[in-house]
Amino acid sequence: MDFDLSIFLASLPALLDGAGTTAKLAFVSIALGLCVGIAGGLARVSPLRPLNWLAAGYVTMIRGVPMLVTLLFLYYGLPSAGIQLSAFMVGVLALALTNGAYVTEIVRAGIQSVDLGQMRAARSLGMSYPQAMRRIILPQALRRVLPPITNESITLLKNTALVSTIALTDLLRAGLEVMTWQANTFSPFAGVALFYLVMTLPLMAVTRRLERRYRIA
Amino acid sequence: MTEPMVRIWNLHKSYGRNAVLKGIDLEVSSGEVVVIIGPSGSGKSTLLSCINFLEPFEAGSVKVDGEYVGFGPERDGVRVRLPERQLDRLRTRIGIVFQQFNLFPHMTVLENLIEAPVHVKREPREQAVARARALLGRVGLAAKETAYPGQLSGGQQQRVAIARALCMDPKVMLFDEVTSALDPELVGEVLNVMRDLARDGMTMIAVTHEMAFARDVADRVVFMDGGVIVEQGTPEQIFGAPREARTRAFLRKFLEQGDGHGPAGAPEPSPTSDFVPFPRFLEGTAGA
Repeated sequence: MDFDLSIFLASLPALLDGAGTTAKLAFVSIALGLCVGIAGGLARVSPLRPLNWLAAGYVTMIRGVPMLVTLLFLYYGLPSAGIQLSAFMVGVLALALTNGAYVTEIVRAGIQSVDLGQMRAARSLGMSYPQAMRRIILPQALRRVLPPITNESITLLKNTALVSTIALTDLLRAGLEVMTWQANTFSPFAGVALFYLVMTLPLMAVTRRLERRYRIA
Repeated sequence: MTEPMVRIWNLHKSYGRNAVLKGIDLEVSSGEVVVIIGPSGSGKSTLLSCINFLEPFEAGSVKVDGEYVGFGPERDGVRVRLPERQLDRLRTRIGIVFQQFNLFPHMTVLENLIEAPVHVKREPREQAVARARALLGRVGLAAKETAYPGQLSGGQQQRVAIARALCMDPKVMLFDEVTSALDPELVGEVLNVMRDLARDGMTMIAVTHEMAFARDVADRVVFMDGGVIVEQGTPEQIFGAPREARTRAFLRKFLEQGDGHGPAGAPEPSPTSDFVPFPRFLEGTAGA
């Protein structure tokens, strides 16, 4: 099957539409996943045992199940539990929960990589544990884990393609639809690939800037 | 009789089955400079960490500035753990300087100093900055306030760490082997700051291997070994006429190790003469 420029160009508006949904989905899920991950990472290192177990259980469950299964489980499972959510919200939930589990482990490792002496110094100055975490430990930990968190964010962006299996017209679904109308696979899919690639670039750029800005420590 | 600044009695501490402190009694008066010496593993650093409760202890009590640290008074053999907030407040009055500096690497020197005054004591920022600048001047680092710790030498970092602790206006300062991680040529600048502080009447408890410093600055030298205080007294008495065999053995061994080419069978410090046990350590500090 040959690349057909006119089909490629004709598919762009529909793809752009889908890319918009994908971008929105990714943005909200990354933000939410980061919050979940930071909370999870703090719980993993917390001196309160129950919090530890809760976070560890969450990570184990999410990591042990393919994300597509998590997504479909929520999509079909929540309504039977009496919870009605839009396809978009289900997508956000599945993506953020999955991303949050990986970010939890990244943040835990980041916190544990900060020298113990930092906590001792902070506490010796009269800071409470939460205060020491917020002002001294987390800022250092998060700087160190920026690269792996970028990786996770890019993975999430690409994982959004899985929502094409539920009633949500994201970038991949848009491409599939164009492919059906035009009876041409290659041209719209070249566009789909290109859009995904283009969307990951700003993520990498943002991280590069953050890393440059926080080079000290 | 006035309450001592630091009062420790019957202090026991162990890591698992390994007993590190086996019943320590120690009182330090306001304005007194106490230097603790002893072989590594003798519990000196652990003792310091118990004074501000960075390490909890199994038995005994610690009081600083008239307040119980960590645990309240023992009643019928039961200790009550005091609220964390009370401990946090008390810690603002206990300065500690660590062997590894432990400056906050993501903050400038000035930010390191004002962090706790502003965010713990809720002091107005301008006031904290003014005091921080004065303290940086005092430790000879006025020009470094916008530098990050990673841009400073070890000696400079340790002086910043001392200034950071002083910025909280503490009642007592604890020094935990603060020169042990420094290159030899940087030790002097840190010890000079500590000398200065002692002259100003700060209550200090310092764990150190700098015998010359102990001799010059300490009001009292405490020798610890195996988790107990073996002997204590004036520097003249401890260095010139140690009573205990363990103290003599430590000082002799220390002389051999500290001086790589020293004679294997160095003479025991004579209890009678004004024999100077550490000529090498005293050099260069005489004029400081």
